[in-house]
Amino acid sequence: MKQETLTAGTTAPMVQESRHRLAGDIAIWIFILAELLAFGVFFIAYAFTRANHIELFDAEQAALNRNAGALNTVLLLTASYFVVRAVQAAERLASAASARWLLAAIACGAGFVVVKLFEYAAAFEHNISLSSSPFHMFYLSLTVFHFMHVILGMVILTAMWNGARAGRYRPGDMNGLETGAAYWHMVDLVWLILFPLVYVIH
Amino acid sequence: MNSHLHGTPRRATWLWATLIVATLLTWGMGASGATGRGAIAILAAISFWKGAVIILDFMALRHAPLLWRVVTLGWMIVVWAVIAIAYIKGLPQ
Repeated sequence: MKQETLTAGTTAPMVQESRHRLAGDIAIWIFILAELLAFGVFFIAYAFTRANHIELFDAEQAALNRNAGALNTVLLLTASYFVVRAVQAAERLASAASARWLLAAIACGAGFVVVKLFEYAAAFEHNISLSSSPFHMFYLSLTVFHFMHVILGMVILTAMWNGARAGRYRPGDMNGLETGAAYWHMVDLVWLILFPLVYVIH
Repeated sequence: MNSHLHGTPRRATWLWATLIVATLLTWGMGASGATGRGAIAILAAISFWKGAVIILDFMALRHAPLLWRVVTLGWMIVVWAVIAIAYIKGLPQ
Protein backbone atom coordinates (compact mmCIF):
# COMPACT_ATOMS: atom_id res chain seq x y z
CA MET A 1 0.00 0.00 0.00
CA LYS A 2 2.79 2.31 1.04
CA GLN A 3 4.77 1.24 -2.03
CA GLU A 4 1.82 2.06 -4.34
CA THR A 5 1.47 5.52 -2.87
CA LEU A 6 5.15 6.16 -3.36
CA THR A 7 5.04 5.01 -6.98
CA ALA A 8 2.02 7.17 -7.75
CA GLY A 9 3.74 10.06 -6.05
CA THR A 10 6.87 9.74 -8.17
CA THR A 11 5.30 9.16 -11.60
CA ALA A 12 2.48 11.71 -11.51
CA PRO A 13 4.75 14.79 -11.50
CA MET A 14 6.69 13.39 -14.49
CA VAL A 15 3.51 13.02 -16.57
CA GLN A 16 2.41 16.44 -15.51
CA GLU A 17 5.76 17.90 -16.51
CA SER A 18 5.60 16.52 -20.04
CA ARG A 19 1.97 17.58 -20.56
CA HIS A 20 2.19 20.99 -18.92
CA ARG A 21 5.04 22.93 -20.39
CA LEU A 22 5.77 25.71 -22.85
CA ALA A 23 6.23 24.28 -26.37
CA GLY A 24 9.50 25.70 -27.70
CA ASP A 25 12.45 27.66 -26.38
CA ILE A 26 11.76 30.37 -23.79
CA ALA A 27 13.84 32.81 -25.91
CA ILE A 28 11.46 32.52 -28.89
CA TRP A 29 8.52 33.20 -26.58
CA ILE A 30 10.12 36.39 -25.25
CA PHE A 31 10.74 37.37 -28.90
CA ILE A 32 7.10 36.52 -29.79
CA LEU A 33 5.82 38.75 -26.96
CA ALA A 34 7.99 41.63 -28.26
CA GLU A 35 6.61 41.08 -31.79
CA LEU A 36 3.01 41.00 -30.52
CA LEU A 37 3.62 44.25 -28.67
CA ALA A 38 5.08 45.92 -31.80
CA PHE A 39 2.21 44.76 -34.04
CA GLY A 40 -0.33 45.70 -31.35
CA VAL A 41 0.96 49.28 -31.21
CA PHE A 42 0.90 49.41 -35.02
CA PHE A 43 -2.75 48.19 -35.14
CA ILE A 44 -3.87 50.70 -32.52
CA ALA A 45 -2.05 53.53 -34.32
CA TYR A 46 -3.89 52.52 -37.53
CA ALA A 47 -7.28 52.58 -35.78
CA PHE A 48 -6.76 56.01 -34.22
CA THR A 49 -5.31 57.53 -37.40
CA ARG A 50 -8.36 56.22 -39.25
CA ALA A 51 -10.62 57.93 -36.70
CA ASN A 52 -9.30 61.25 -38.07
CA HIS A 53 -9.54 60.29 -41.77
CA ILE A 54 -12.58 58.01 -41.91
CA GLU A 55 -13.80 58.78 -45.43
CA LEU A 56 -10.30 58.54 -46.90
CA PHE A 57 -9.59 55.22 -45.12
CA ASP A 58 -12.95 53.72 -46.14
CA ALA A 59 -12.59 54.77 -49.80
CA GLU A 60 -9.02 53.48 -50.13
CA GLN A 61 -9.78 50.29 -48.19
CA ALA A 62 -12.61 49.58 -50.66
CA ALA A 63 -10.02 49.68 -53.49
CA LEU A 64 -7.93 46.89 -51.87
CA ASN A 65 -8.16 43.36 -53.20
CA ARG A 66 -10.17 41.75 -50.37
CA ASN A 67 -10.21 38.40 -52.21
CA ALA A 68 -6.40 38.32 -52.21
CA GLY A 69 -6.43 39.13 -48.48
CA ALA A 70 -8.89 36.31 -47.75
CA LEU A 71 -6.94 33.85 -49.93
CA ASN A 72 -3.78 34.75 -48.03
CA THR A 73 -5.59 34.15 -44.72
CA VAL A 74 -6.55 30.66 -45.93
CA LEU A 75 -2.93 30.00 -47.05
CA LEU A 76 -1.46 31.09 -43.69
CA LEU A 77 -4.02 29.10 -41.65
CA THR A 78 -3.41 26.02 -43.81
CA ALA A 79 0.37 26.42 -43.43
CA SER A 80 -0.12 26.63 -39.64
CA TYR A 81 -2.26 23.48 -39.73
CA PHE A 82 0.45 21.66 -41.72
CA VAL A 83 3.06 22.77 -39.15
CA VAL A 84 0.86 21.33 -36.36
CA ARG A 85 0.63 18.04 -38.29
CA ALA A 86 4.44 18.06 -38.72
CA VAL A 87 4.92 18.47 -34.95
CA GLN A 88 2.33 15.74 -34.23
CA ALA A 89 4.10 13.42 -36.70
CA ALA A 90 7.43 14.02 -34.95
CA GLU A 91 5.71 13.24 -31.62
CA ARG A 92 4.86 9.85 -33.14
CA LEU A 93 8.46 9.34 -34.37
CA ALA A 94 7.31 9.73 -38.01
CA SER A 95 10.16 11.91 -39.31
CA ALA A 96 9.46 11.37 -43.01
CA ALA A 97 5.80 12.36 -42.57
CA SER A 98 6.89 15.35 -40.48
CA ALA A 99 9.17 16.52 -43.30
CA ARG A 100 6.35 16.15 -45.86
CA TRP A 101 3.97 18.27 -43.74
CA LEU A 102 6.67 20.93 -43.41
CA LEU A 103 7.21 20.96 -47.16
CA ALA A 104 3.45 21.47 -47.61
CA ALA A 105 3.60 24.37 -45.13
CA ILE A 106 6.48 25.94 -47.08
CA ALA A 107 4.42 25.63 -50.28
CA CYS A 108 1.51 27.52 -48.61
CA GLY A 109 3.95 30.19 -47.41
CA ALA A 110 5.25 30.52 -50.97
CA GLY A 111 1.64 30.87 -52.15
CA PHE A 112 1.17 33.75 -49.69
CA VAL A 113 4.32 35.45 -51.05
CA VAL A 114 3.15 35.11 -54.67
CA VAL A 115 -0.34 36.51 -53.91
CA LYS A 116 1.19 39.41 -51.96
CA LEU A 117 3.64 40.23 -54.79
CA PHE A 118 0.74 40.38 -57.28
CA GLU A 119 -1.10 42.66 -54.85
CA TYR A 120 1.93 44.97 -54.50
CA ALA A 121 2.46 45.03 -58.29
CA ALA A 122 -1.16 46.18 -58.75
CA ALA A 123 -0.74 48.78 -55.98
CA PHE A 124 2.41 50.23 -57.54
CA GLU A 125 0.66 50.39 -60.92
CA HIS A 126 -1.87 52.70 -59.23
CA ASN A 127 1.00 54.83 -57.87
CA ILE A 128 0.33 53.74 -54.30
CA SER A 129 3.29 54.60 -52.09
CA LEU A 130 4.11 55.30 -48.46
CA SER A 131 3.56 59.02 -49.08
CA SER A 132 0.41 58.83 -51.26
CA SER A 133 -1.98 58.86 -48.26
CA PRO A 134 -2.13 58.01 -44.53
CA PHE A 135 -4.08 54.84 -45.39
CA HIS A 136 -1.46 53.74 -47.96
CA MET A 137 1.30 54.48 -45.47
CA PHE A 138 -0.30 52.07 -42.98
CA TYR A 139 -1.35 49.52 -45.61
CA LEU A 140 2.16 49.28 -47.07
CA SER A 141 4.17 49.49 -43.86
CA LEU A 142 1.95 47.06 -41.93
CA THR A 143 1.72 44.48 -44.72
CA VAL A 144 5.41 44.77 -45.72
CA PHE A 145 6.45 44.44 -42.03
CA HIS A 146 4.30 41.30 -41.85
CA PHE A 147 5.56 40.09 -45.26
CA MET A 148 9.15 40.18 -43.95
CA HIS A 149 8.05 37.99 -41.05
CA VAL A 150 6.57 35.50 -43.53
CA ILE A 151 9.89 35.41 -45.43
CA LEU A 152 11.82 34.77 -42.19
CA GLY A 153 9.20 32.18 -41.22
CA MET A 154 9.81 30.34 -44.50
CA VAL A 155 13.57 30.30 -43.86
CA ILE A 156 12.85 28.82 -40.42
CA LEU A 157 10.41 26.25 -41.89
CA THR A 158 13.11 25.23 -44.39
CA ALA A 159 15.57 24.67 -41.54
CA MET A 160 12.90 22.62 -39.73
CA TRP A 161 12.29 20.62 -42.94
CA ASN A 162 16.02 19.82 -43.12
CA GLY A 163 15.99 18.79 -39.46
CA ALA A 164 12.97 16.55 -39.94
CA ARG A 165 14.53 14.91 -43.02
CA ALA A 166 17.64 14.17 -40.94
CA GLY A 167 15.39 12.62 -38.26
CA ARG A 168 16.55 15.18 -35.70
CA TYR A 169 13.20 15.60 -33.89
CA ARG A 170 11.72 12.97 -31.59
CA PRO A 171 9.70 12.89 -28.37
CA GLY A 172 11.88 14.43 -25.67
CA ASP A 173 13.94 16.29 -28.28
CA MET A 174 11.33 18.51 -29.96
CA ASN A 175 12.69 21.90 -28.93
CA GLY A 176 14.01 22.95 -32.35
CA LEU A 177 10.79 21.94 -34.11
CA GLU A 178 8.49 23.51 -31.50
CA THR A 179 10.49 26.73 -31.43
CA GLY A 180 10.20 27.22 -35.19
CA ALA A 181 6.53 26.21 -35.11
CA ALA A 182 5.78 28.83 -32.41
CA TYR A 183 7.34 31.55 -34.59
CA TRP A 184 5.30 30.50 -37.63
CA HIS A 185 2.05 30.47 -35.61
CA MET A 186 2.86 34.00 -34.38
CA VAL A 187 3.10 35.18 -38.02
CA ASP A 188 -0.34 33.63 -38.61
CA LEU A 189 -1.80 35.07 -35.38
CA VAL A 190 -0.83 38.64 -36.28
CA TRP A 191 -2.39 38.30 -39.74
CA LEU A 192 -5.69 37.23 -38.10
CA ILE A 193 -6.01 40.80 -36.79
CA LEU A 194 -4.35 42.53 -39.75
CA PHE A 195 -6.74 41.07 -42.35
CA PRO A 196 -10.07 42.18 -40.80
CA LEU A 197 -8.57 45.48 -39.64
CA VAL A 198 -7.00 46.66 -42.90
CA TYR A 199 -9.13 44.83 -45.51
CA VAL A 200 -12.62 44.49 -44.00
CA ILE A 201 -13.72 46.70 -41.07
CA HIS A 202 -15.02 50.13 -42.06
CA MET B 1 7.10 9.41 -23.34
CA ASN B 2 4.61 10.55 -25.93
CA SER B 3 2.79 13.29 -24.06
CA HIS B 4 0.56 14.39 -26.98
CA LEU B 5 1.18 18.00 -26.03
CA HIS B 6 0.11 18.94 -29.54
CA GLY B 7 -3.24 17.10 -29.60
CA THR B 8 -4.54 14.66 -32.19
CA PRO B 9 -4.52 15.02 -36.00
CA ARG B 10 -8.32 14.64 -35.96
CA ARG B 11 -8.79 17.61 -33.62
CA ALA B 12 -6.28 19.72 -35.60
CA THR B 13 -8.16 18.97 -38.85
CA TRP B 14 -11.50 19.97 -37.33
CA LEU B 15 -10.04 23.18 -35.95
CA TRP B 16 -8.47 24.01 -39.34
CA ALA B 17 -11.86 23.49 -41.05
CA THR B 18 -13.60 25.82 -38.58
CA LEU B 19 -10.85 28.42 -39.05
CA ILE B 20 -11.44 28.33 -42.82
CA VAL B 21 -15.21 28.70 -42.34
CA ALA B 22 -14.60 31.66 -40.00
CA THR B 23 -12.35 33.25 -42.64
CA LEU B 24 -15.08 32.87 -45.26
CA LEU B 25 -17.49 34.54 -42.83
CA THR B 26 -15.14 37.51 -42.41
CA TRP B 27 -14.66 37.69 -46.20
CA GLY B 28 -18.44 37.53 -46.72
CA MET B 29 -19.02 40.36 -44.25
CA GLY B 30 -16.48 42.45 -46.15
CA ALA B 31 -18.14 41.64 -49.47
CA SER B 32 -21.59 42.57 -48.11
CA GLY B 33 -20.28 45.94 -46.90
CA ALA B 34 -21.45 45.32 -43.31
CA THR B 35 -20.65 48.24 -41.02
CA GLY B 36 -21.61 49.64 -37.61
CA ARG B 37 -21.21 48.47 -34.01
CA GLY B 38 -22.69 45.03 -34.67
CA ALA B 39 -20.37 44.33 -37.62
CA ILE B 40 -17.30 45.46 -35.67
CA ALA B 41 -18.31 43.27 -32.69
CA ILE B 42 -18.83 40.20 -34.93
CA LEU B 43 -15.56 40.70 -36.85
CA ALA B 44 -13.62 41.24 -33.61
CA ALA B 45 -15.24 38.15 -32.05
CA ILE B 46 -14.39 35.99 -35.09
CA SER B 47 -10.80 37.27 -35.08
CA PHE B 48 -10.49 36.66 -31.33
CA TRP B 49 -11.87 33.15 -31.61
CA LYS B 50 -9.47 32.30 -34.46
CA GLY B 51 -6.57 33.76 -32.49
CA ALA B 52 -7.58 31.72 -29.43
CA VAL B 53 -7.45 28.50 -31.51
CA ILE B 54 -3.95 29.40 -32.73
CA ILE B 55 -2.80 30.32 -29.20
CA LEU B 56 -4.36 27.47 -27.23
CA ASP B 57 -4.17 24.60 -29.72
CA PHE B 58 -1.64 25.32 -32.48
CA MET B 59 0.88 27.03 -30.17
CA ALA B 60 -0.13 24.49 -27.46
CA LEU B 61 -0.32 27.19 -24.79
CA ARG B 62 -3.34 25.32 -23.37
CA HIS B 63 -0.71 23.20 -21.63
CA ALA B 64 1.66 26.02 -20.70
CA PRO B 65 1.73 27.87 -17.36
CA LEU B 66 -1.33 30.12 -16.99
CA LEU B 67 0.65 33.35 -17.31
CA TRP B 68 1.40 32.63 -20.99
CA ARG B 69 -2.30 32.27 -21.80
CA VAL B 70 -3.13 35.42 -19.85
CA VAL B 71 -0.51 37.45 -21.71
CA THR B 72 -1.29 36.22 -25.24
CA LEU B 73 -5.10 36.10 -24.99
CA GLY B 74 -4.95 39.36 -23.03
CA TRP B 75 -2.96 40.93 -25.89
CA MET B 76 -5.77 40.06 -28.33
CA ILE B 77 -8.46 41.38 -25.99
CA VAL B 78 -6.67 44.68 -25.36
CA VAL B 79 -5.81 45.25 -29.04
CA TRP B 80 -9.39 44.56 -30.18
CA ALA B 81 -10.91 46.61 -27.35
CA VAL B 82 -8.82 49.66 -28.26
CA ILE B 83 -9.53 49.20 -32.00
CA ALA B 84 -13.26 48.97 -31.22
CA ILE B 85 -13.15 52.19 -29.16
CA ALA B 86 -11.40 54.02 -32.04
CA TYR B 87 -13.98 52.72 -34.55
CA ILE B 88 -17.02 53.42 -32.41
CA LYS B 89 -15.74 56.98 -31.89
CA GLY B 90 -15.82 57.38 -35.69
CA LEU B 91 -19.36 56.07 -36.21
CA PRO B 92 -22.11 58.59 -37.03
CA GLN B 93 -23.81 59.67 -33.77
